[in-house]
Amino acid sequence: MANTQSMCTSFLGELMTGTHNFGTAPVRATGAADTFKAALYLSSATVNASTTAYSAVDEVSGAGYSAGGVTVTNATPPSSTNASATAGTGYWTPSGSIVYTSVTLATAFDAVLIYNSTQSDKAVSVHTFGSQTITAGNFTLTMPANTTADALLRLSTT
Amino acid sequence: MALITTTKGEMEESLLEKKEGVVDNDNEYTTWVEYWHEGELVHRSAHVTLKKSIVTNLEAASFN
Repeated sequence: MANTQSMCTSFLGELMTGTHNFGTAPVRATGAADTFKAALYLSSATVNASTTAYSAVDEVSGAGYSAGGVTVTNATPPSSTNASATAGTGYWTPSGSIVYTSVTLATAFDAVLIYNSTQSDKAVSVHTFGSQTITAGNFTLTMPANTTADALLRLSTT
Repeated sequence: MALITTTKGEMEESLLEKKEGVVDNDNEYTTWVEYWHEGELVHRSAHVTLKKSIVTNLEAASFN
């Protein structure tokens, strides 16, 4: 047997549930999962890794769309899968498609911001796609498979 | 006949010109459908399937 330097794979999944606190943590009223939302941004916007929280600046607007976007379906908690003595992945994917129903979004948009509406709208991730407009229709974002290889969000060690 | 939600209200699909398209690349698989009436776009929907997930790599520091 031998010891191997590594970050424990269980820790990767536990990061996504706020199990570990290395600093000052927000006060939580319950142990339930937070509410996450998805807001759409114009192609002219600048949402990226430096984005810290949801903002209405450069968010899409139009008939049927409410500022802040829609709630992300989250019925499946984060998972972690160990691959070797040094490698593993913590991962999470929304458990349903993100759907904006009966909207008109006339100005081109190409990004969605996932953010935590329970924790002061703090940003989680930005996902981009080809520029779109919607006219009296639906805009649907279907999620990738919730696996170590394809999940929407992955924390990985190699 | 199918009814389509449009900017002019519900309209029979047979009265509309339908256009469809697909975008398939490393990042997404997207389909879209448009309905036109007398040269005017009256309905457009899109369905994006994200392919490319976001990965953050983590490392534990070494003491040697």
